[in-house]
Amino acid sequence: MKAIYLDNNASTRVADEVIEAMLPYFGTLYGNPSSMHTFGGQIHRKIENARQEIAELINAEPDEIIFTSCGTESDNTAVMSALQSNPQKKHIITTKVEHPAVINFCKTMVRKGYEVTYLPVDKSGKLNLEDLESAITDNTVAVSIMYANNETGVIFPIDEIASIVKSKGVMLHTDAVQGVGKLLIDVKKLPVDMLSLSGHKIHASKGVGALYVRKGTRFSPYMIGGHQEKGRRAGTENVASIIGLGKACVLAKKYMHEEHTKIKALRDTLEQGLLESCPNPRINGDTEHRLTNTTNISFEYVEGEAILLRLNEDNICASSGSACTSGSLEPSHVLRAMGVPFTAIHGSIRFSLSRYSTDEDINIVLDRMPKIIKELRELSPYGREVKAT
Amino acid sequence: MKEIYMDHVATNPLHPEALEAMLPYFKEHFGNPLSLYEPGIKAREAIENARASTASLINAKANEIIFTSSGAESNNFALKGIAFANQNKGKHIIISKIEHHSILNSARFLEKSGFAVTYLPVDKYGVIDPAIVEKAITKETILISIIHASPEIGTIEPIAEIGKIARQKGIIFHTDAVASVGNIPVDIQPLNADLLSFAAHQFYGPKGAGALYLREGTRIVPLIYGGIQEGGRRAGTENVPAIVGMGKAAELAKRDLQKRINHVKSLRDKLISNALKVEKVYLTGHPEQRLPGHASFVVEYIEGEAMLLLLAGKGIYAASGSACSSKALKASPVLISIGTPAHLAQGSVVFTLSEGTTEEEINYFNEVFPQIINQLRKISPFAKGWGDMEDKTCTPRK
Repeated sequence: MKAIYLDNNASTRVADEVIEAMLPYFGTLYGNPSSMHTFGGQIHRKIENARQEIAELINAEPDEIIFTSCGTESDNTAVMSALQSNPQKKHIITTKVEHPAVINFCKTMVRKGYEVTYLPVDKSGKLNLEDLESAITDNTVAVSIMYANNETGVIFPIDEIASIVKSKGVMLHTDAVQGVGKLLIDVKKLPVDMLSLSGHKIHASKGVGALYVRKGTRFSPYMIGGHQEKGRRAGTENVASIIGLGKACVLAKKYMHEEHTKIKALRDTLEQGLLESCPNPRINGDTEHRLTNTTNISFEYVEGEAILLRLNEDNICASSGSACTSGSLEPSHVLRAMGVPFTAIHGSIRFSLSRYSTDEDINIVLDRMPKIIKELRELSPYGREVKAT
Repeated sequence: MKEIYMDHVATNPLHPEALEAMLPYFKEHFGNPLSLYEPGIKAREAIENARASTASLINAKANEIIFTSSGAESNNFALKGIAFANQNKGKHIIISKIEHHSILNSARFLEKSGFAVTYLPVDKYGVIDPAIVEKAITKETILISIIHASPEIGTIEPIAEIGKIARQKGIIFHTDAVASVGNIPVDIQPLNADLLSFAAHQFYGPKGAGALYLREGTRIVPLIYGGIQEGGRRAGTENVPAIVGMGKAAELAKRDLQKRINHVKSLRDKLISNALKVEKVYLTGHPEQRLPGHASFVVEYIEGEAMLLLLAGKGIYAASGSACSSKALKASPVLISIGTPAHLAQGSVVFTLSEGTTEEEINYFNEVFPQIINQLRKISPFAKGWGDMEDKTCTPRK
């Protein structure tokens, strides 16, 4: 049976067009792009073509795109490079709801003598920009704030954040892994210094990401070795995946508007349906500034994991938060930062849609979910209270 | 015109069986391996199967394999991760002068972070004398990293002996085995290595997948921080299809290794003996202790790049050194280290064969290569009166 896949913020299906674009590079076009000979040289040109395609999606210059192995590597590279650009300064600002790739990296920097400010969010997951402004000191070397949250879909006002950070002359990185391909991003208008993106969130393959580095930004490589990526990232290029990422960016650009409308309608149907059919739900996150593909809902007194297992029996794929922490059984750091009650955090479910989501998928979820919630609440010692209210 | 690829040390085609194994993970089992549902569970199981096959290729335990994105990442991870995890014990690292750029440059990075690095010399064949390693060890030494086999000159280093010394002294030992794993038998146990880097595309796996063997109980600081993937030792969503491809390629490499070695070695020997018939063509690296499919030469009076161009004109693709530094246009540090005079180092050319290389291709090559050398020498200003400038420093081995 075909899976109903509604966990696209965790990973996406590789588009057929992307697979097709990749296949020749798994076959006869296997040369090493660094080789002197034309067999490798022709591959180099294809990589440059992909670089152009990725740049176009965010209106960057091709030279400003560095390929990496994943969004996490892009994030680590960006923050480390920012720190090294100005080693005298020892203060980093980020938020409490960042992806672990940024949070955990910053945590390790504390051992190296850095001070880290984790900006709080309010109960709808929004930042208070005054907090940001007052957190910046003469010692601040870098600010890393995500474009959109992977768990709740809440979009941060990066343009306003950028104007505050840049007015103080501090380096700004944004983890836009969830924003790229879903939102119109124009780095010519948005004064961020660095921006991370990931292939497998936009229907390209796993194993490829990119880092945008604005021209003129001081940059130190993280992966050191050969001269690949003009000395900015060593390691033999993951050719096929890079070509695939280029294709995925072309598709994202082409269909962004259309998908935005279609996916939003499906998400809204799903969300409205769940709000109406399941007692006492709560939507987590600011519904006004939110990715159109994401909904994060809590059902109090039910275990999110139990819901997921039941959904899995019906071949429905969703998640209880970030995939990167789901194995750890830790309650979501994002929902905790938002002050969501403990009982609700544990019963939170995230559905994230994609261009492959259909009306039928949503109808099946809407048919199953009320029954699952009802049954699980009947099993829960606390669930009856909900039923009574 | 038929294309003859003789640059297998730069990269290799993906094995069709590896591709076949990978394909379902792009659009069927594409879930995030950390997920709790079926497409994620399938991906996770596939990773663990691949880990077992990859471990088996080097006779390691599955939990000793950490997947990375490339050999270069494995090398960065090994050097920085071990250095930072052990800096309280000492700040001295030993490497050789013929390491890959990812090791050399990571070592330079560590120097900037307050570590001292000893760069060991090699003999005229590129061999590192274990006695020199032993002498270089100080009370401060925390890590020794020596390349297993050089991609440029093919020489295989006495890793087992060096590893034994490191173990006796209680020093962590890493070997960059990117050019050797899948090409010669590599068994982690007799090598006495605590860490070993390798990359899938060197044995017909995909680009974008590498691994670091980390002996059980060895402490390391991650290079990439974030999620809890790879037991918290390497964050970032796993490159599932590439990892699956690496597992399959490892399985095939293990099965076919001896067959592959026999095949490339006999063709390679033919190639070498033919090339050395041409005057003033010298083999670089060790004549016997070398990678079986590897033939590297310096050709006097002509430029390596010129040879590559003319060879490419005949459909033959080769390299003038390491692909990772091919655009640097500097004389190879490896050739300088083995005592090759600078003018000879410019005439460097490397041919690497694979199981796909045919007898017919080698015959064709053997016909074309001397012609190209003669053609270039005719137009070389240095070649005139070359008999007068006998060069004694490069040990001719004919």
